[in-house]
Amino acid sequence: MTYEEILYDFVQKDDRLIVMTAENRAAIRNLPPKLGKRFMDAGICEQTMIGMAAGLALRGRIPVVHALATFLTLRAFEFIRTDVGIGKLPVILVGGVPGFLSDGNGPTHQAIEDVAIMRGIPGMQVFCPSDAEELAAGMPAILESGRPCYIRYYAGPAPVKHTAPFELGKAEILGKGSDITLVTYGFLLKEVVKAQSILDGKGYSVGLINMRMLADADKEAILSAGKTTKLTVTIEDHFQTGGLYSIVSEAYMEYLYENDWGFSSTNIIRDNPPFKYNYQEDFRLAKVFPIALNQKWFKPALLDRVLDYEGFTGEKLAERIEAEYLKIR
Amino acid sequence: MTNQTKTELENLAIKVREHIIRMSTDGGCFIGASLSCTDLLVYLYNNVLNVSPETVSDPDRDYLLLSKGHDVPALYGTLAEKGFFPADRLRNHLHTNDSIYWHPNRNVPGIEFHSGSLGHLISVAAGIALDIKIRDGKNKVYVILGDGELNEGSVWEACLVAATQKLDNLVVIVDRNEFQANVRTEELQPLEPIGAKFSAFGWSVRRINGHDFDELESGFSQLPAEKERPTVIIADTVRGKGLPSIEKRADRWFVNFSHEEVDQLLKELHGEHKTVLTSETLMVR
Repeated sequence: MTYEEILYDFVQKDDRLIVMTAENRAAIRNLPPKLGKRFMDAGICEQTMIGMAAGLALRGRIPVVHALATFLTLRAFEFIRTDVGIGKLPVILVGGVPGFLSDGNGPTHQAIEDVAIMRGIPGMQVFCPSDAEELAAGMPAILESGRPCYIRYYAGPAPVKHTAPFELGKAEILGKGSDITLVTYGFLLKEVVKAQSILDGKGYSVGLINMRMLADADKEAILSAGKTTKLTVTIEDHFQTGGLYSIVSEAYMEYLYENDWGFSSTNIIRDNPPFKYNYQEDFRLAKVFPIALNQKWFKPALLDRVLDYEGFTGEKLAERIEAEYLKIR
Repeated sequence: MTNQTKTELENLAIKVREHIIRMSTDGGCFIGASLSCTDLLVYLYNNVLNVSPETVSDPDRDYLLLSKGHDVPALYGTLAEKGFFPADRLRNHLHTNDSIYWHPNRNVPGIEFHSGSLGHLISVAAGIALDIKIRDGKNKVYVILGDGELNEGSVWEACLVAATQKLDNLVVIVDRNEFQANVRTEELQPLEPIGAKFSAFGWSVRRINGHDFDELESGFSQLPAEKERPTVIIADTVRGKGLPSIEKRADRWFVNFSHEEVDQLLKELHGEHKTVLTSETLMVR
């Protein structure tokens, strides 16, 4: 089923669902005439749409709201944080053209801090589907979760055959590798799959994790790969700060702390320069190499050109990852 | 309005103001804005709103949202006097054993939603009103805004949407006390003509004296004022109403009085006294 069909189906069988937009109908073009009173277009008023969604949720509704990812998460951020977040209300926030998908629009339209700010709200879920299939697979659980959720909307064709059923807070392990593990989410899965195949052809053992959700994120999957691979690579069309790389870093620190490893004394860093710890082999974790937008917006252009310029095509990713692997091996 | 009803309302308002004054020490509160909307809240909860301690979760109840959340002591006092929770709980003001603090939250029985950041609850109220419309409900949604709050662009965004959606079950009340935090509204960013602004956005406009129970009665009678239009009631009020020593004073926005000052203010409320306030002026909170 398409995203529209899923929503329509839910509206039919669940009285609670209301579909809203701040004049962005790209994902729901055919729905308005079919939904009648269960559809509302607030006009270019993201803040009011979120406030109204909170009011509707207080009345027992599950509003599914749509806007461009930047304007939704930034213009209306305080409304999301204050009305939906503090209120713990089940409002579903669907952000269109996130990350590289804003291609030629320029930095005003680049939602590349959306994951960071949304996952910074207590209780907020963040779902980053890699294609239409995954989006459709995740929607029922998200709608039934009773919690707010930001969806980094993407509904392109599936680049892989998804084998793992969708589960809230669970990543999809698309392969295990003893040399390198690639970790990604959303639209970029397509390019990362290509990179995996190239590296595989060169004789490396390469695993692949499709995160699916960045809040609640599957830290077990990250740690489990970190214990069995030599290099973990996070790949995201997001600022390096606050997204997947941060999630992996947090998972590492929690793991090290839980295992009483490393930082029990404030002097330990000074007295023990990196890599000279007398650590136990059991707790060793793979190094982590981030591929993200580090303190920069990306060059606006048609999508394929953006990927090439920024080094995110399958081929360029493979090159960058192999170079890093050869350095640390 | 009968004299008996008026006396009943006046007595209730005195009790609520006493609660507010008692909350103005040991940490303090936003006393001026609380006193300006006291008569409004007393009239709404006593004579207008179809809600009671037994119906706080009834989907057919009337809703009252306080968008300018810092005047919540007036709401705490009113809800306590109307039996939504025991008045004893007000002694927990600013203590961690309860949820009675400087802005509203839903842990206090009768409070519909939290606020504190200005310009939010007109949108939330519009969402509630929209749902009532979709379900063909007859209940109304009232939301109190401060006049200074009208600076926020999100208020006008919501006015546009509420009019477009024909939310005639939505009633905005502007507590027009002519002050924002530290200065007079008209000196900082003139708001008048407020009525014409709302009118241009497609709203029905009424303007009343927010301390005169007869005018409150006519202001809140026969709503909606016009079918298919939201209504705004601009209530002209006095910041600090009831305590001449702080009325209309820019420097008595957030206060933290001494116990002695509170005792004097309680006497002043009953017209027996003029308080000499020596506590330092607090301009920020």
